[in-house]
Amino acid sequence: MANAVSFAQTVIRAQGLSKVYGAGTTELRALSDVDLEIRSGQLTLLMGPSGSGKTTLLSILGCILRASSGNLELLGEDVTALPENALPRLRRELIGFVFQGFNLFPALTAAENVALALDLRGIRGKDASRRAGELLVEVGLKDRMHAFPADLSGGQKQRVAIARALAGDPPILLADEPTAALDSTSGRTVIELLLRLAHQHARAVVMVTHDPRVLSYGDRILHLEDGRLVREELPRKELRLSTRFPESAVATHFSETFPGEF
Amino acid sequence: MALLARRNLFHDRIRFAVTLTGIVFALVLIIVQFGLFLGFTTTTSNNIDHSHADLWIVFHGVGYFDTGRMFSERKFYEVLATPGVQHAEKYIQNFANWKKPDGGMENIQVIGFHPGSGLGEPWNLVQGDVMDVKQEDGVVVDELYKEKLGVSKLGDRVEIGDHRARIVGFTRGIRSFTTSPFVYTSFKNSLDYTRPEAREDQLAYILVKTEPGVSPEKVKSNLIARVADVDVYTRDEFSRRTQFYWMFTTGAGLAVLTAALMGLIVGIAVVAQTIYAATMDHIREYGTLKAMGATNGYLYRVLIEQAVWSAVLGYALAMVIAHFLVQASEKGGALILMPASMAVGMLFLAVAMCITAAMVSINKVTRLDPAMVFRG
Repeated sequence: MANAVSFAQTVIRAQGLSKVYGAGTTELRALSDVDLEIRSGQLTLLMGPSGSGKTTLLSILGCILRASSGNLELLGEDVTALPENALPRLRRELIGFVFQGFNLFPALTAAENVALALDLRGIRGKDASRRAGELLVEVGLKDRMHAFPADLSGGQKQRVAIARALAGDPPILLADEPTAALDSTSGRTVIELLLRLAHQHARAVVMVTHDPRVLSYGDRILHLEDGRLVREELPRKELRLSTRFPESAVATHFSETFPGEF
Repeated sequence: MALLARRNLFHDRIRFAVTLTGIVFALVLIIVQFGLFLGFTTTTSNNIDHSHADLWIVFHGVGYFDTGRMFSERKFYEVLATPGVQHAEKYIQNFANWKKPDGGMENIQVIGFHPGSGLGEPWNLVQGDVMDVKQEDGVVVDELYKEKLGVSKLGDRVEIGDHRARIVGFTRGIRSFTTSPFVYTSFKNSLDYTRPEAREDQLAYILVKTEPGVSPEKVKSNLIARVADVDVYTRDEFSRRTQFYWMFTTGAGLAVLTAALMGLIVGIAVVAQTIYAATMDHIREYGTLKAMGATNGYLYRVLIEQAVWSAVLGYALAMVIAHFLVQASEKGGALILMPASMAVGMLFLAVAMCITAAMVSINKVTRLDPAMVFRG
């Protein structure tokens, strides 16, 4: 692993993060003085009403948006003052993104979508094909490698997107409502996959969500309101049991594949 | 990267067809417009370029090929006596009326030359014998003008300026840059057709072949020093001056050139719009690539590769269409020329246009806020 981290290591540290859009009468404060620490091996849920600043925070943590003020450290490196042209490298090396709308390239097959992420990292040809295949097997899509996104279900698309996000073997996974567009079976498959990536591979997974069905999977739940981090929860055991997705064949597949995990 | 560039182009076949159509349309438009310009330009100096003369001598002040001002045959002998002149011939061009067999009239340009001299003769003869113009009524015309002149075969009889004329040969591809076709005949016949009152010792041009090994420039100097009241031009000089006159002084060529430039501008606009639209169709994907850590350089390469693919494929199709248009034009009144240099130049132009258009899109893509990918 290029960026190997141990369990419970602080991989993201933010202090006083604020984001202001516009100026003067059109000024909009999207984020105010957010302090947080994200550790490896945990699935952290970011929750809050629309406009509370969840996606803005995720974008800043993912180095695709700059904070107006405050500090951000990724694996101990202060990225706040890095020049713009240094950020793509950080995104390639440290972060994997999973989007609500999947954002797959429709002209590429599942394997090629993953290989494209490898191509960005200079891995090409047979090495890329082999690694893409491994990643798709890891997310349970061994038989759909050569399918185009249009021929995949929503859950399968999201799993391809997760495989793509893993291409750079990043210590951080940022997911923006990855289950929102999925049915319960697919949603469960995806959240369980993300949980496994956190718990088994020591990744820090941060997930923006509105979906109450995923609350029980979170190791931590951070609540944002009006751009402020207002509270943190640790889900109770009974909540975990009552609100989870219903059992499904896919869930059973994962339970059998990774016994003891769920 | 290469795969993404190609797949983005070819995946949506309708989109790709639209893109290619735009590029092909633009390139064909440019080829046709510039081909017409080149065709018209070349046509104005055709008789000079095919004259095989090293030097053209005209009355002083006559700077281009048109109805030449007459001067005395005495100049002709002064030319022959000038050092470095191997051979010289009289040549004339003048307008006349052509009376068709059905009685209709056409305006023509009679070219008078000395048959067998090798200077100023018609070229691309496809029927008949050029030496037959020595006969009292023999004329050669181009097959393009058969219908216009009301003739269809060798031996057809007409009248030129109240004198009998008979078709003794047909050429192929000798166009006139005016509405009056060229009619080739002997120098003697031409005087009968155009200036029956003139004496034979009058001429409009003297065509000179210089001695082997002697520079035409040197002979030109000798002629200027020896023969008064004439201008002497090398073939290329006279050709360029004639082209310039007809293209830019008369305004006719300016219209063709303006159309060619408009074709270029419209072509660039069409290509720019086409490539821009094709890029914007994938803008969200480029945003995703940026979010995934793609550098601007990576995006440049993807877009430029797409542009080059579009240009090369569009060029190939445009060349096929242009080839047919050029061939068709050879049988029509307006010649479209596409020399090899223009064909090669079009490839570079196509690639340059597509890359330039892509640069506009690139500017948009590299300024993309990668956070857009999080927005529904």
